[in-house]
Amino acid sequence: MTKVTLEVNGKKVSKDVADHTLLSVFLRDNLNLTGTHVGCDTSQCGACVVHVNGKSIKSCSTLAADIDGSKVTTIEGLAKDGKLHPMQEAFKKTHGLQCGFCTPGMVMSAVDLLQTKKNPSEQEIREWLEGNICRCTGYQNIVAAVKDASTKM
Amino acid sequence: MKTFNYHTPKDVKEASKLASTSSAFLAGGMTTIPSIKLGLATYKDIIDIKSIKKLSGIKVSGKSVTIGATTKHAEVAASKEVQKTIPALAKLAGNIGDAQVRNRGTIGGSISNNDPSACYPSACMALNAVIHTNSRKIPAEKFFTGMFETALKKGELVEAVEFQVPEKADYQKHPNPASRYAIIGVFVAKHKKEVNVAVTGAKSCVYIDKDLSKKLSSSFSSSVIEGMKVDDSEMNSDMHASSEYRANLVSLYAKKAVEAC
Repeated sequence: MTKVTLEVNGKKVSKDVADHTLLSVFLRDNLNLTGTHVGCDTSQCGACVVHVNGKSIKSCSTLAADIDGSKVTTIEGLAKDGKLHPMQEAFKKTHGLQCGFCTPGMVMSAVDLLQTKKNPSEQEIREWLEGNICRCTGYQNIVAAVKDASTKM
Repeated sequence: MKTFNYHTPKDVKEASKLASTSSAFLAGGMTTIPSIKLGLATYKDIIDIKSIKKLSGIKVSGKSVTIGATTKHAEVAASKEVQKTIPALAKLAGNIGDAQVRNRGTIGGSISNNDPSACYPSACMALNAVIHTNSRKIPAEKFFTGMFETALKKGELVEAVEFQVPEKADYQKHPNPASRYAIIGVFVAKHKKEVNVAVTGAKSCVYIDKDLSKKLSSSFSSSVIEGMKVDDSEMNSDMHASSEYRANLVSLYAKKAVEAC
């Protein structure tokens, strides 16, 4: 067992977990934050993307113990005071989701892109989202959503 | 996922001491963790070396660029110094996997794993890299010994990779569209006295194509290797590409790399 202390969505949490506990498991099973999805579970699909110290990573391939002491933001941490994050707004506005399973990872990944690049081109958005797979193949509107959000963030 | 004990040694000596035949050093974990999850590997101890400060960072001197083992791909790609001294290396790092893999994956992890389709080993070979471990310095051509195999011994870990700054270099990759691993990756480096053409993805291990290197050493122009036939007898053949196709890509991508230099 190992003690893992994190700041998740601005709240400090501390739990004793088995050494091999993945961050995705820690978030979903220990903290009940089920917005972070586990799709392929082999770091291909990106449904599990969260931010660790501001950078997007795949939580299904990261040990909770490995990021002990870090700040984590999940999809639940984006909306503030009942108001959606501009990226969430943009996904809603442009219908950037169909079944919605990949959406949390897409949104978290896209937010990280706009942190690093202010006004990305369509090509840059598509390249950045290489690690996020949408099985509904709704990429067109996902890219439109990121483009739309880039004008507001 | 099989259980293991997780360790965070504070220095290299402690890390090395913890190593056994059933342990693995953990850096970004982008291969190690999925391998454990898929049951491809099991370990009693996982030794996380990321909290050892001296293993991370980029140092540039006139003739070489030294990158610490736990330096992430995203850091190498974004480094102004690497972009300036060996732009091909920054470009290579910026095209590994996807953005999230680049935010975690490390150079030390990549070369220690020596995946036959990984990008970094080709840069090591073409840029006459020296691999610094906790006990010795190993030239790249002696480091990569076979498929997923290296010259590293038990308890030995990569501390840094020292690349020789070339006159010109470029890396061209034909990526697998799903994984972004190289179906073929060709790293061409023009040094003062010789040209190295290193190839990844084609065979069971990264290698220097001697014929292409020799031709380009005599004259550094894409015309001298135009349409050159590459022997496909030892090349991989799989659902993504036949050996003949790979051989053709090696020649074609070497030409593309020379033209981009």
